[in-house]
Amino acid sequence: MSVIASAIGDAIRFIFEARESRAGTVEVGGLGEIGHLAGNHFLVSFVAVLVAIVVAMPLSLWLGHIGKGQFLAGSVANIGRAVPSLAIIAFFVAFLGSGFTNVCFALILLAIPPILTNTYVGVRQVDRELVDAARGQGMSETQIVRRIELPLALPTIFGGIRLAAVAVLATAIIAPLAGYETLGTPIISFNVYGTAGQLGAAIVVAVLTLAADGGFAAVQRIVTPKGLKVARGGRGSSRVWPISSRRVQIP
Amino acid sequence: MTVPVVVAQSGGFVRDRSGESSCVADNGFCPSWIVDNLDRYWDPLLEHVMLVVVSVSLGFTIALALGLIAHRQRWLVTPLTGLTSAIYTIPSPAMFLLLLPVSGRGNLTAIIALTAYTQVIIFRNVVNGLAGVPADIVDAATGTGMTAGQRLFRIEVPLALPEILAGLRIAAATTVGLAALAFLAGAGGLGGQLSTASLIIFKSNVVVAGGLVTLLAALLDLLVLGLQRRLTPWVRAVAA
Repeated sequence: MSVIASAIGDAIRFIFEARESRAGTVEVGGLGEIGHLAGNHFLVSFVAVLVAIVVAMPLSLWLGHIGKGQFLAGSVANIGRAVPSLAIIAFFVAFLGSGFTNVCFALILLAIPPILTNTYVGVRQVDRELVDAARGQGMSETQIVRRIELPLALPTIFGGIRLAAVAVLATAIIAPLAGYETLGTPIISFNVYGTAGQLGAAIVVAVLTLAADGGFAAVQRIVTPKGLKVARGGRGSSRVWPISSRRVQIP
Repeated sequence: MTVPVVVAQSGGFVRDRSGESSCVADNGFCPSWIVDNLDRYWDPLLEHVMLVVVSVSLGFTIALALGLIAHRQRWLVTPLTGLTSAIYTIPSPAMFLLLLPVSGRGNLTAIIALTAYTQVIIFRNVVNGLAGVPADIVDAATGTGMTAGQRLFRIEVPLALPEILAGLRIAAATTVGLAALAFLAGAGGLGGQLSTASLIIFKSNVVVAGGLVTLLAALLDLLVLGLQRRLTPWVRAVAA
């Protein structure tokens, strides 16, 4: 037990104080370096998720609205699940080259499936009678999407963004292999950073990911329309949803 | 781009490449190199399969047992769901490393992490599958004089089987992908073939290693789908 505690203690010290590298040639660790790496990590993840939202959301909002493309939404989700993230990164790096842009591209590819699928499902599960009622009131199709379907689908959409963000933050660990320094650097360059560096960086990534997960969970609750909350509370809120293939993202 | 230079420096491959075609030196896609070097992927592939099979079987056994217990003791459903979901939120690279001080470098650590990740998927599907068995059927079974145990294994589990196997199917494919990162825990597997910068920029290597991982995931998916059709012929399993 004390071995575990001292290993974790040393890892936490690595986060806050710089020390000599294992070969003794350079200074590693400390808030300065960890902060810089965490900044890079956050930046590439943020850009990837943002671009994925911009690309995937309008498309699947529209597909969901016209009720077409079920096959597309389903297969994108399945391909996203089946192709391992390491393989995606490797293919990108080998065939397109390394650096920020290529890492970002690979992460975007990883973030699109959950956002696409959740947006589609979110829109499709909006009560069709509501949409008909809106149409009967004279709303245009754009108004229906913006004022009826989007707000009602928002919790599900944010669920997708949450899955995407967690997956991207986790996968950005592999980015140093592709020539972009992130919190994965101490994890992958074990020879330079040693056990404490590896473990310290892993702790920071875990905290970052859990924070993102918690943050998006809070946003998800905030954007849930009042009417939906009441309806859900009434129907036994502790129901466990089954994991269907379309909602799963790899940790 | 400096790719060829880096490739030329990349330790392990250098010996194999000396005097080889310019294709490898130029980092092209080289079928002849792949044919010559296929044997280097055999052991990692076997290790990968071993990690996945052990973790998924172990995970399935534990999750099934937990699901059956939670089905009897309903109050356990919420805490167990919360616990398994919390595990699932930890990013896998971090998980492999966080376990290092506990279980050391090697396959054991990888198997513990991979087994933990299968829990959320299989457990939920077991609980949900069992809860979805129509109450009439359960009542009828009780009416014919079945004991609780008989009812569970002859009625409820068979009827919940499609959903349980759907969980197993997702867990299996997911585990193949996660096992690719097991090299971080010092375990083997195909991920080791993609674990350094010089390996990851070498196209022929990426095609084989990345391709094998992807194929393995697809193959396992089909295998469980076949099992599903075999065991539950009354459900037309849709290739989802």
